[in-house]
Amino acid sequence: MDKTWNNKAWFMVLPMLLLVAFSAVIPLMTVVNYSVQDTFGNNQFFWAGTDWFSDVLSSPRFHDALMRNLLFSGIILLIEVPLGIFIALNMPRKGLGVPFCLVFMSLPLLIPWNVVGTIWQVFGRIDIGLLGYTLNALGFDYNYVNDPFDAWVTVIVMDVWHWTSLVVLLCYAGLVSIPDAYYQAAKIDGASRWSVFRYIQLPKMNRVLLIAVLLRFMDSFMIYTEPFVVTGGGPGNATTFLSIDLVKTAIGQFDVGPAAAMSLIYFLIILLLSWVFYTVMVTNDAKG
Amino acid sequence: MARIDLDHIRHAYMPNPARDEDYALREVHHSWDDGGAYALLGPSGCGKTTLLNIISGLLTPSEGKILFDGRDVTGLQPEERNIAQVFQFPVVYDTMTVSDNLAFPLRNRGMAEAEVKKRVAEVLEMIDLGDIAHRKARGLTADLKQKISLGRGLVRADVNAILFDEPLTVIDPHMKWQLRSQLKLLHRRFGHTMVYVTHDQTEALTFADKVVVMYGGEIVQIGTPQELFERPSHTFVGYFIGSPGMNVLPVTLEGANARLGQHSIVLPGAAGPTIGKRTELGIRPEFVHLGREGMPVTIDKIEDVGRQKIVRAAIEGHELAIVLDEDSSVPADPHVTFDPAGINIYADDWRMKLGG
Repeated sequence: MDKTWNNKAWFMVLPMLLLVAFSAVIPLMTVVNYSVQDTFGNNQFFWAGTDWFSDVLSSPRFHDALMRNLLFSGIILLIEVPLGIFIALNMPRKGLGVPFCLVFMSLPLLIPWNVVGTIWQVFGRIDIGLLGYTLNALGFDYNYVNDPFDAWVTVIVMDVWHWTSLVVLLCYAGLVSIPDAYYQAAKIDGASRWSVFRYIQLPKMNRVLLIAVLLRFMDSFMIYTEPFVVTGGGPGNATTFLSIDLVKTAIGQFDVGPAAAMSLIYFLIILLLSWVFYTVMVTNDAKG
Repeated sequence: MARIDLDHIRHAYMPNPARDEDYALREVHHSWDDGGAYALLGPSGCGKTTLLNIISGLLTPSEGKILFDGRDVTGLQPEERNIAQVFQFPVVYDTMTVSDNLAFPLRNRGMAEAEVKKRVAEVLEMIDLGDIAHRKARGLTADLKQKISLGRGLVRADVNAILFDEPLTVIDPHMKWQLRSQLKLLHRRFGHTMVYVTHDQTEALTFADKVVVMYGGEIVQIGTPQELFERPSHTFVGYFIGSPGMNVLPVTLEGANARLGQHSIVLPGAAGPTIGKRTELGIRPEFVHLGREGMPVTIDKIEDVGRQKIVRAAIEGHELAIVLDEDSSVPADPHVTFDPAGINIYADDWRMKLGG
C-alpha cells in the first residue's frame, strides 16, 4: 500500500516548535547575538565579531576560574563516587533498615540549593556556627571567610554532604538489581569479597555509575548557588567559579558582550567534557 | 566425590515454625550414594531447590544434619564444602573472557596456573566453546552463557558433588538434548555425585539413575524410572510421571476385589485394613485395554499424538485415559478391562502392599 503523503501534518508540530523557540532557541540566540556585538547603552549596538571570544579566551581571570572549576569537579568526583559506592555497598538490602536508609539518604537532595548554602554558611561561622566555633575551640585555626584553603574545604564538604546521596541512590539501585544467584555462584566459586565487588558488583553498576559521574560532573561544573551563599566567591577570588564570575560580569558590570561570549564558551566546555566522559566510559563498557 | 547423608532435615523460612505447613521442607531422611546421578523432580514450590541449597550450604537447615562421607558439614559455608552448583539462570562474570570465567573457581582456590590452563582447556573441549575462549562473556547468547555456567560447575575435578538447579530452562530444545546427554556422558566418565533439580519428567528420567520425586515439601518416592512408572508409591507420582498420568479411581475394597460403582475388579492380592481411609485404584493408561468385553465406558474424545492415540473416556462418571496403538480402532460399543499387573491400590494417597 502506498503511503499517504500530506505535508499539512507538519502544522501539528507547530505549537511545540513555537514553545521550544520561545523557551530555548530565542534566548540562546539572544546570547549568541550579544556575544558578537558591543554596546555603550542607549540600545545602540556595534558589530564586534569574535573580539569578545578572543578576549575571554586570553583573559587570566577566565583561565583561573576555569582551573578552579576543573579542580573542584575533579575533587568532587574523586570523593563522591568512591564514597557513594562504599555507602551503597554497606546499605541493608532488606528489612526495616531499607526505607530508613533511603529516606535518610534522600534528605539532603530535597533541600533547596540556597538553603544548603545558608545552612553551611551559618554552620561554619566561627562566632555562632556549631562547626566553626567547635573547631576553633578545639584549637584549629579555621575561618572560611579569610582563609582560601578553609573556604575550599567548606565548599567541598558542603557539596559532598549535599550530593553524595545521589551517587549512593544510583549505585544502590544498580546493586539491588543483581540477582541473588550471582552472589550464590560467587560463594560456590570461592570468590573473595574483593572479587565479588570487582567482577559482579562493579560491572553491574557500570551504567548507573556513568549516569552518576555525568550528573555530578555537570552539576559541580555549573555550581553557583552554594558557594555564592557561603563565600560569595571569596576570600579574594579563591572560590570564584566560572558561574560566579559570569554573573559578576553580566549583572555586576553589565558587560553583556563578554558575558555572552563567556556563557557560550562555558556551555561548549561542559558539552565537550560530558561527551568525553560519556565516550570514554561507553568505550570501556564495550571493551568490558 | 562423596556419599551424602541427609539426617532428619527440616527447613522453614519463617523463624518459629509451629505446624507442618510452616515447613518448606517437612522431613528428609535419606542417603545418596557416592557417584550416583539423582534427579529431584517435582512441581514448583515443592521444596526441591530448598533441598538443593541445603546440600550446597547456601541455606542452613532449621533442623537436622547433613554429612558428606560421614563428616558433618551442616555448619560449613558453600566454599568449604567443595561442591559445584549450576543455577537456573546463567551466571557469568561479564567482564571476564570465557576461559577466565572457567578458570575463576580454580584460581580462587590457588591452583597453579599451568594446571588451571590444562583444566580449562579440557572443559572448553567438553562443552565445545573452544572457538570463543578468548571472547568476553558479555553479549553472548543465553545458551552460551549457560554453557559457561555448566563449565564452571565441571571445572573442578575434586568436588564432592555437582548440583544442578534446573540448568536447562533457558536453553533451546535441541540444545537441551545435546547438553543433557553430554552431562550423562561426563557422569559416566568421571563418576561425580550429581544432583539435578527439574520439574520436567523427561529431563529427570533421561538424566538420572535414581529419581527423587518431591511433593509438598516431602520426598514421596525415590526410585529408578521404571519403578516410578510401574509402582508409584503415591498418587502424585502417578499423576506427575507419565503422559498422560495415571488414572486414579475411587473404589471400595472387598477382600481381593475392588468395587467401582457396580463393577467388581479383581486385584492381584487382598489389601490390608483401610478403615476410615480414602481408597483409590490407580492404573496407568497403558494398562487399560479397550475392547468389546469388560466394563462399559463412554468415549469423550480421541487425541492422536503420532505413534499412539489417547482416548479420553469416562467410566462410572470418572475420567479415564486409555493409550491405544496407532492402528487399533475403537469399537462401537466400547468396554475396558484392567491388566492386573498394572493395578495399584492407594489408601489416603499412599500405595498399599497387596498380599499374595
